[in-house]
Amino acid sequence: MGTNGTGVGARVRRVEDRRFITGRGRYTDDINRDGQLHACFLRSPHAHARIRSIDVAAARAAPGVEAVYTGRDIRKFVTTSDDLLEEDVGGLICGWMIHSKDGSPMKAGAHPALAKDTVRYVGDHVAIVVANTLRQAQDAAELIQVDYEVLQAVVDTGTAQQPGQPEVHEGIAANTVYEWELGDRAKTEAAFASAAHVTRIDLVNNRLVPNPMEPRVAIGEYDPGEESFTLHTTSQNPHVARLILSAFVGLAPEHKLRVVAPDVGGGFGSKIFVYAEEVVCLWAARRLKRPVKWTSDRSEAFLADAHGRDHVTRAELATDRDGTILGLRVKTIANMGAYLSTFASSVPTYLYATLLSGQYAIPAIYAEVDAVYTNTAPVDAYRGAGRPEATFVVERLMEVTAREIGMDPVAFRRKNFVTSFPHQTPVIMMYDGGNYDAAMTKALAMSDQAGFAQRKSDSARRGKLRGLGYSAYIEACGIAPSQAVGSLGAGVGLWESAEVRVNPTGNIEVLTGSHSHGQGHETTFAQLVSDRLGVPLDTIKIVHGDTDKVQFGMGTYGSRSGAVGMSAISKALDKVVAKGRKVAAHVLEASEEDIEFKDGKFGVAGTDRTIDFASTALQAYIAHKFNGSELEPGLKEGAFYDPTNFTFPAGVHVCEVEIDPETGVTTIERFTAVDDFGNVINPMIVEGQVHGGIAQGVGQALLEGARYDASGQLVTASFMDYTMPRAGDLPELEIGMTVTPAPSNPLGMKGCGEAGAIAAPPAVINAITDALGHEDIAMPATPAAVWRAAQRARLPMPAH
Amino acid sequence: MPSVSMTVNGKAVSGEVEARTLLVQYLREQLRLTGTHVGCDTSQCGACVVHMGGQAIKSCTILALQCEGAEVLTIEGLANGSELHPMQAAFREHHGLQCGFCTPGMIMTAVDMVTRLGTELDDHTIREELEGNLCRCTGYHNIVKSIAAGARAMGGEPLQQAAE
Repeated sequence: MGTNGTGVGARVRRVEDRRFITGRGRYTDDINRDGQLHACFLRSPHAHARIRSIDVAAARAAPGVEAVYTGRDIRKFVTTSDDLLEEDVGGLICGWMIHSKDGSPMKAGAHPALAKDTVRYVGDHVAIVVANTLRQAQDAAELIQVDYEVLQAVVDTGTAQQPGQPEVHEGIAANTVYEWELGDRAKTEAAFASAAHVTRIDLVNNRLVPNPMEPRVAIGEYDPGEESFTLHTTSQNPHVARLILSAFVGLAPEHKLRVVAPDVGGGFGSKIFVYAEEVVCLWAARRLKRPVKWTSDRSEAFLADAHGRDHVTRAELATDRDGTILGLRVKTIANMGAYLSTFASSVPTYLYATLLSGQYAIPAIYAEVDAVYTNTAPVDAYRGAGRPEATFVVERLMEVTAREIGMDPVAFRRKNFVTSFPHQTPVIMMYDGGNYDAAMTKALAMSDQAGFAQRKSDSARRGKLRGLGYSAYIEACGIAPSQAVGSLGAGVGLWESAEVRVNPTGNIEVLTGSHSHGQGHETTFAQLVSDRLGVPLDTIKIVHGDTDKVQFGMGTYGSRSGAVGMSAISKALDKVVAKGRKVAAHVLEASEEDIEFKDGKFGVAGTDRTIDFASTALQAYIAHKFNGSELEPGLKEGAFYDPTNFTFPAGVHVCEVEIDPETGVTTIERFTAVDDFGNVINPMIVEGQVHGGIAQGVGQALLEGARYDASGQLVTASFMDYTMPRAGDLPELEIGMTVTPAPSNPLGMKGCGEAGAIAAPPAVINAITDALGHEDIAMPATPAAVWRAAQRARLPMPAH
Repeated sequence: MPSVSMTVNGKAVSGEVEARTLLVQYLREQLRLTGTHVGCDTSQCGACVVHMGGQAIKSCTILALQCEGAEVLTIEGLANGSELHPMQAAFREHHGLQCGFCTPGMIMTAVDMVTRLGTELDDHTIREELEGNLCRCTGYHNIVKSIAAGARAMGGEPLQQAAE
């Protein structure tokens, strides 16, 4: 494996870029189907209300309107005709079963695609108007009269379970989805009882709106001749969407439903999930026998895309006299919003509490998580999904504890780092490799820690406060071993598939179940193939995102496409080479055992007789040199790869801030990231992933926060109210890497997509609290919040 | 319905539009020039930036009818045939894009930046000038590098080889 040319390790410029920089990408909204109609959804203006009646007569009569449907219309079709049954189309589901401490299953409230009797958040789906043009549909939607009985809403995460709160779903007591636990309670309590010091912190992990730049789009189509559906949609995992729409919503069997996710403009988790609009557009397309297209505007994206984070946590760390960690105890309330989104239940449980050991040897951990319903948009996975929340808890605790016990925060971390592998944590995960000390050493050097004191005194001379913050994070990626996640409640396996089709002329199509929406798979996957088969990059095409082409796949999230998706390709390539060896043996008239494959050529060991890869492919297809009883013609191999463990990317991020106490403005002066992603296919692309992750993490720490008022109105529902990171908010980023290959997959890759979003928030907040000299600041640390905190720091009284 | 005529990417176009039609809707829906994107509804994101009369504008903030007689340039018209514009080439060379959705607006903004401020752009200037363009993928790091290199390339300097 070289680092030059186009193989593994090279900084290959992206294959997909040309179409994007020339305006010839093909995003879902760029697609228009013959005869298509346009849809507009009428959404609830109330956070919680009973629907007394809906009058759609005026809307139906409006110019250009083909149909208006409400929740009462969305019923199943009679299989043999276009009539409707009494039975409703199935609701949206949550695919991960979590059990409470008492063994009872989680309580999932019904989630119909269009509300029937009750709306449960502002933006909930009430009706669809389908018209010849989008503007006609929008105009008509305003003519629908809904008589609402407005109900009291529950909005706040921390108090949703308290007595007297209204029930979001009737009969689900105390709005509690589950009360879950992980770890050894008795052992942890004993550890705390024997501790010399206990640090206790209260944290809010602020609610975020993912906001990929491309809003969601769905185009439903129905072919009456084939009796089959097509859905073009902005999805990170089209096969999973098809499975859910087929098996649970019940619109069509899988073989009669094609889901296509073409170029997708970013996802960050929010496009993993199956949404109501996809269901309703498909249903309406069959009802109307015409394609139905819906394009979200940004306001709808704010209201109805699944949000992220939103935890309220009390966390405690117990240490002994010399700074050794004895135990960790966490109680978290996690907001699920009004309905359980596709993977919502797994995020604050198995993607969160299993990472609470961080990079540290902690003998006892006990975590309790209560998931609650509120009258807000559903909350589900957003870049990092559970792991940023865990890292924020652990790394804030580490920093605060070090300050309280008077130890250097780096020395305190080093003292408690896991140093031998495999390491079994008390919270399920078995870390299989890493070198945490090496990343710390490199991060300290790159961030010029030695010069910090001087820089701090320079700042002080100018009346500014300077602070330094660390974040030594770990994440579990390469999601995930199917058997393991199955035992934890997952409804699906989390392997990946690949198929390598070698054409007779030697060029190659690689079909993958992974989905690229910015990650550059068309380049990195091709680099792997080029490297292994010794063929030029431009003879390789990566095919993804279409259930009619790729047989099955689990999609892209959880930093899984390298470690799992590429491992599947690697496995299929092994089979291609094995078959090629058989073909070459016939052509070269040698024994198969004597055939070697090197530098793109099959050859007879110890001779100069060779045949190149493309010629071997041709021989496999013309099949003149072997007969059918000896060998099948053709050169096409598939593989399913199921990982044997999670992967454990880890690293150290260091943030240096300067605060102007007069204005409260925090400037990130330096941001250094050192990450261990195992082996890397294309460092240019990996660094880009880290840059983007850090920007989202800095956004969470300084700028972003979704806020609902007491009545459940989202008051941050546009880019004018919700502060997205802009170029001027971020510094140039310093990126470094260390490499310990992942032992659990053949490529030694760990995954890089989420690291920045996981590591950055505590690094930033640790830097700000270092500068302020007290811990009393919450995310987002906006100028107003920091100004107040800075004024408080000057007062001769304890901050509270 | 009123009609409108303008020049788009050097070609005369005309058509009937509803009076409320925005330029971006006219470009995407009627001319099927889908390289110009819509990323918000409050004129904040810059995914829809095109040039009108040589200046960058957000095509979501102007009615198609207001563009009567105007010269409009979209991302599809920026390259010279198959030869990329230096700013396009710089975005590829410096990995200035990931999902690609904000990219057309970023490139059109960047070219305008060079037209107004010259070919030597420091990082601080580029970051300030990107106030009207949002990207969620790149953290802007490589966009800033791309624009600096693209600006120099527009001044005749060859693109730096190593994207870092």
